Amino acid sequence: MTFKMLDGNAAAVEGMQLARVGVISAYPITPQSAIAEKLSEMVDNDQIDAKYIRVESEHTAMSAAIGAQLTGVRAATATSSVGLALMHEVLGVASGCRVPIVMPVVNRALVSPWSLWCDHQDAMAERDSGWLQFYSENVQDVLDLMLMAYRVAEDEEILLPAMVCLDGFFLSHSMQKVECPDQAKVDSFLGKYTAKNTHLNPKDPMFINDLTSSDEFTEMRYQQKVAFDNALRIIPRVQAEFYETFGRRLNLVEEYRTEDAEVVLVTLGSMSGTAKHVVNTLRAKGLKVGILKIVSFRPFPDELVRTALRGKKVVGVLDRSAGLGAEGGPVWLETTSALKGTATEVKSYIGGLGGRDIPEATIEKIFAELLEQYNNHPIENTTWIDLKENPLDIRQVDKLVQNL
Amino acid sequence: MYKIYKDSKGLVAHGVSACAGCGLELIIRNVLDVLGEDTIIVIPPGCSALFSGFGKETALKIAGIQGNLENTAAYAAGIKAGLQIQGNEHTTVLAFAGDGATVDIGIQALSGVMERRDKIVYVCYDNEAYMNTGIQGSSSTPLGANTTTTPTGKNTSRKDLIKIAEAHDIPYAATASVANLVDLRKKVQKAKDTDGPALLHIHTPCPTGWGFDTAKSIEISKEAVNTGAWILYEYEAGVRKISYKPKELRPISNYLKLQGRFKHLKENEIVEVQDEIVSRFHKFMSEL
Repeated sequence: MTFKMLDGNAAAVEGMQLARVGVISAYPITPQSAIAEKLSEMVDNDQIDAKYIRVESEHTAMSAAIGAQLTGVRAATATSSVGLALMHEVLGVASGCRVPIVMPVVNRALVSPWSLWCDHQDAMAERDSGWLQFYSENVQDVLDLMLMAYRVAEDEEILLPAMVCLDGFFLSHSMQKVECPDQAKVDSFLGKYTAKNTHLNPKDPMFINDLTSSDEFTEMRYQQKVAFDNALRIIPRVQAEFYETFGRRLNLVEEYRTEDAEVVLVTLGSMSGTAKHVVNTLRAKGLKVGILKIVSFRPFPDELVRTALRGKKVVGVLDRSAGLGAEGGPVWLETTSALKGTATEVKSYIGGLGGRDIPEATIEKIFAELLEQYNNHPIENTTWIDLKENPLDIRQVDKLVQNL
Repeated sequence: MYKIYKDSKGLVAHGVSACAGCGLELIIRNVLDVLGEDTIIVIPPGCSALFSGFGKETALKIAGIQGNLENTAAYAAGIKAGLQIQGNEHTTVLAFAGDGATVDIGIQALSGVMERRDKIVYVCYDNEAYMNTGIQGSSSTPLGANTTTTPTGKNTSRKDLIKIAEAHDIPYAATASVANLVDLRKKVQKAKDTDGPALLHIHTPCPTGWGFDTAKSIEISKEAVNTGAWILYEYEAGVRKISYKPKELRPISNYLKLQGRFKHLKENEIVEVQDEIVSRFHKFMSEL
């Protein structure tokens, strides 16, 4: 066990190296590029015994990773934003063919308008793609969730690919002290990779992914659904073993001072750290507030969320993606669904889009609103919490002219 | 498990439901016969996907995956890398795609493979349109040909795939045709033995899409070669070499008149096609 100063990208690379990936196919995109660069450097320096395919697109990166992993090695790639969107088509092949690739997704907003900065819309747009999705709060999480993800994804009863999400710049470029496990421990935790379902081997030929009629399609989708159900059951077991091996606890969801809380805010990703800090500050002032951090968004731990929020009068959910066209953000939708049939009021907050910071003030504002609701002063169902004044005037040509 | 009572000859099952007279079936049987069972195949959706199979059944005795339309080369590159890192240098990785999946939507991934020198064999069977989806025009559809998206005849010439390969200076690229299976098989063997990407561009007569009598596939392929509409040649270690040179180019009408897809052409349009074919052929010969 050693301590290293790593940023989120480097922690993701550390995870891939420790997992002994055999083929890497990576394409640069801000803010993921450091992953693609570092891996190529490590291959050149023989720090990883892997083939590096310098691909010409993210679509090829994922396609090549699938092909490689089907031959019986762990394949590595990583992406962000529009890169993930370009992979969309092949993400479904990885999940449908049950190829348990683990991929860091450095969360960045989608176009338009162009943004280089963090929000969760890229990963949220893939939430039905059949991939497991784990969200990191800090850089240690990135490494830990990567290692956990390999074990979970490759479990015979799961065999689903996994995204380990880390907030662009907030985590990808944030240097933090990270406890890095020894190779030997990781080797025994993960084991050597073998293809447990579909495989490409001339000595044991199998044809994968041919045309399938409606006679079998539903059942094959159902098998994936069952794999997600299995994941909910198996992840806690893997996390217990992770704790025994590496001494750090991981969860599907994390409750922070929720027990006696009057209102609870549901969070995802790096905002959770700030939110915990705000909880401490407000608690010191006598306000009963708490946090429920979602670590696993796919599978969504419905029952754990229901249990954690049981009996709460008011819950807020802060989504870092817009959820356009729905009443609230995607995490809000899931939380609302988990609490169906209960008396809990679930309020949707949208914030932190396109790299906008989620500072203490934003979280404090949300808690203040939730406490209003708690004290029977009804608030809006959906609030864009960090919206500036007069948002419709932004980029209005006549206004720009007036202001010249 | 299905019990197989009688083994098929070669690596492709008997009774595959390709259209009667399909050139593709002849090609895949011959290609796999030369490459042997130590081969992994990648097939995109399209006509060749009927060899992938349907549901629990496949027509192939070798390992393979049906990919997406645009990433045949990409899967192949990944598979090759996976084998190589495990010390397997012997298995041939074969990308087997039609013209649409190669010269249109798949050209980027193929370009990547060629530029990186990934050691795969890429076969483009070219039936000159999107046949599986109902005969829509591709960038391989020749000048004048009618398809369901070029109803009055295509008004541009075909894309030159091998020239694109030459621009990447890959170690081996060649055209072939079912008109000459001996030549085709020789080229498949060369592709297999090439240390780096090898590309075969194979002319593939399609009775359904081209509109001709199913008994005439080979005759049509031969006319394509003898009229100069399809040139058989190799590009090897930077040098072009013609594989078969017709003594004298036969009039293009010999080729066009056999096919429904050209029957709308007026005399002056046939002349235009003739001029295009002849000038391309002479240009090719002058560059040898």
